[in-house]
Amino acid sequence: MEIRPPPTEQPATAPNPPDPTTKLSVRGLYKVFGPEPGKAISMLENGATKAEVQERLGNAVGVAHVDLDVRTAETFVLMGLSGSGKSTLLRLLNRLHEPTRGSIVVDDVDITELSRRELLEVRRQKFSGMVFQQFAILPHRTVLDNVGYGLEVQGTPEIERRDKAQSAIELVGLAGWERSYPRELSGGMQQRVGLARALAVDADILLMDEAFSALDPLIRREMQDELIDLQTRMRKTIVFVTHDLDEALRLGDRIAIMKDARVVQVGTPEEVITEPADDYVAAFVEGVDRSDVLTAGSIMQPVKETARLQDGPQTALNKMRRAGISGVLVVDAERKVLGYLRSEPLVAALREGAVGQERIHGDLMESAPIVGMDTPLHEVIGVASEGSTPVAVTDAAGRLRGVVVKGAILAALARPGRNGAEDRTDTQSSDSLPPRPSTSDIGRDGGRHV
Amino acid sequence: MFEFRIPIRDVVSNIVEYLRDALAPVFDGFAGAVDTLISAMLTAFQWAPVPVVIGAFALLAALLAGWRVGLFALLGLLLVENIGLWNPFLQTLALVVAAQVLITLVGVPLGIIAARSDAVEGVLRPILDFMQTMPAFVYLIPAVMFFGIGLVPGVVATFVFAIPPLVRLVNLGIRQVPQDLVEAADAFGSTSWQRLVKVEMPVARPSIMAGLNQSIMLNLSMVVIAGMIGARGLGAEVLRGIQRLNVGQGFEAGLAVVIMAIVLDRVTASVGRRRSQQA
Repeated sequence: MEIRPPPTEQPATAPNPPDPTTKLSVRGLYKVFGPEPGKAISMLENGATKAEVQERLGNAVGVAHVDLDVRTAETFVLMGLSGSGKSTLLRLLNRLHEPTRGSIVVDDVDITELSRRELLEVRRQKFSGMVFQQFAILPHRTVLDNVGYGLEVQGTPEIERRDKAQSAIELVGLAGWERSYPRELSGGMQQRVGLARALAVDADILLMDEAFSALDPLIRREMQDELIDLQTRMRKTIVFVTHDLDEALRLGDRIAIMKDARVVQVGTPEEVITEPADDYVAAFVEGVDRSDVLTAGSIMQPVKETARLQDGPQTALNKMRRAGISGVLVVDAERKVLGYLRSEPLVAALREGAVGQERIHGDLMESAPIVGMDTPLHEVIGVASEGSTPVAVTDAAGRLRGVVVKGAILAALARPGRNGAEDRTDTQSSDSLPPRPSTSDIGRDGGRHV
Repeated sequence: MFEFRIPIRDVVSNIVEYLRDALAPVFDGFAGAVDTLISAMLTAFQWAPVPVVIGAFALLAALLAGWRVGLFALLGLLLVENIGLWNPFLQTLALVVAAQVLITLVGVPLGIIAARSDAVEGVLRPILDFMQTMPAFVYLIPAVMFFGIGLVPGVVATFVFAIPPLVRLVNLGIRQVPQDLVEAADAFGSTSWQRLVKVEMPVARPSIMAGLNQSIMLNLSMVVIAGMIGARGLGAEVLRGIQRLNVGQGFEAGLAVVIMAIVLDRVTASVGRRRSQQA
């Protein structure tokens, strides 16, 4: 019997996680610069592009009809090329720019309706200021006084302010530089001051505008890692603007891609890579190293069949036959993976009468490689290349959730963005390595897919 | 060419005369206030023994601008005292300080308002051009009509002549504060007053100090002219030298003005520089 990977299955659509609380909700948001924005908005509503409005009316369009929901404690990335409106959108969120139309709801408060005084309070209580591309720290103040700025304008008493500023400085690794002036610091350190200034306020929402774009690549990477690290501890709601796709994929829980003042796609990094909404996004994500972005969880297939130790060899063989597979993962009552069982040694052993009927003997099993759901693809590749068994994918509790076979890995790496989306079914169903939704060779045997 | 002559002359004269009569109490009150201010300063300067005053000025200059300027001030003031111009020197200093106080109190806020509003800037710009280019002597006539002769019209004429660069440079300095610093101030929830005091003014400080320095220099250059309308001091001494064709006397008074100018210039420039070096 030829060993071949277990046939693929339509990946079960991940059950929608219970909708986490929405922190920040944007509806029908427009920003049009120049006189008579009303005309421009009606043009945009009727599908005119930013360039058409610019040409016909002379109005610059910053943001055109944006709907977004940013969830509590997620890192939400706004990505796009310069001029796509991402920085304008960010500045609308705390009304540094006045929205032309639309609503921005922060924790159930529509901030577009607030008076200047109320807006001031929202900026102080809900937002941790902003982190800027060119740092925007005050040249005439020491690090300590820069970091304390947000608290100072709120009227926080000096002792408390110094304590909080000091903690924030330590958090970003600038301890010892409190009395220094910005000109004495490198770019990376200046941005740490900018970050500390935001963290010292300790409000829920952190706005970051190209925060790492002015830094050189090594420092930039370091800052990204630190932000990820800080975020796992602090659980802020971060809205991060960048033009750098790699940065977006690294930092973002979800990414909104902007083009010509509109949002063209919102999705997880994997969704953006694997299912680009249009040619623009596809072109954007083309050059990405997919093995960094995709995870075992995103390319795994459901397990068609598993065996239990108490099944006995004959039952296990029957299960494999029914499912049309040449091997099966053995799990315990809690679906923890015990090993992998191939059909040939089992058949041979049965023929020789070497095994009893009652239980699958441990000696017949091979060890099965196991990875977590969020293991990056490049690590899965390493694991999978060591043996011929499928790689078991388990969740945090160690329960079997799916398998990754080599064919799926190759397919995930090979699929070039959107190119070939139309002919996906043709080329790929005839492929011996069905990579994606392809129903041609499954389900007919009535096998139970667990 | 034409029979008809546009009556600019009559209109201006009439307006000034009307204002003089209509606002007489205001002008009198203002003149009284400025007079009191100057007299108070003079009394203070003249109350202490001369060596103490010279020492105090020199020490102040040294603290603000370094020992070289301090030493120069010490020698310069001793020279002034020696050539018998100490009292005119103090009178002129009082006039300069009084005018500068007024210039600063009005010029800085005006510059800030101009920086905040394009409309205000648009209105102010031609007025400032006018004030700065109109020959300074012309201000003396209405100043005398409004305030009589003496120190007060000198202060007022100086004020008009010396305020434009301050307004301009404050306006420029605040407009040149980097946009992201302004946005940072707003994003952290600053009121517009907090933004002005904690961000814009400190960042614009070099420009503001340059404006102060410029206005002080113009202020000093008005001193001699003010002497023509009865303001006592070094200006009057220079004028006396001219009237008597006494070159030496005129030179001595002029030298005293130069000493005052150099010290004031070095002190204000160094204050601006030192603060901006922290930046």
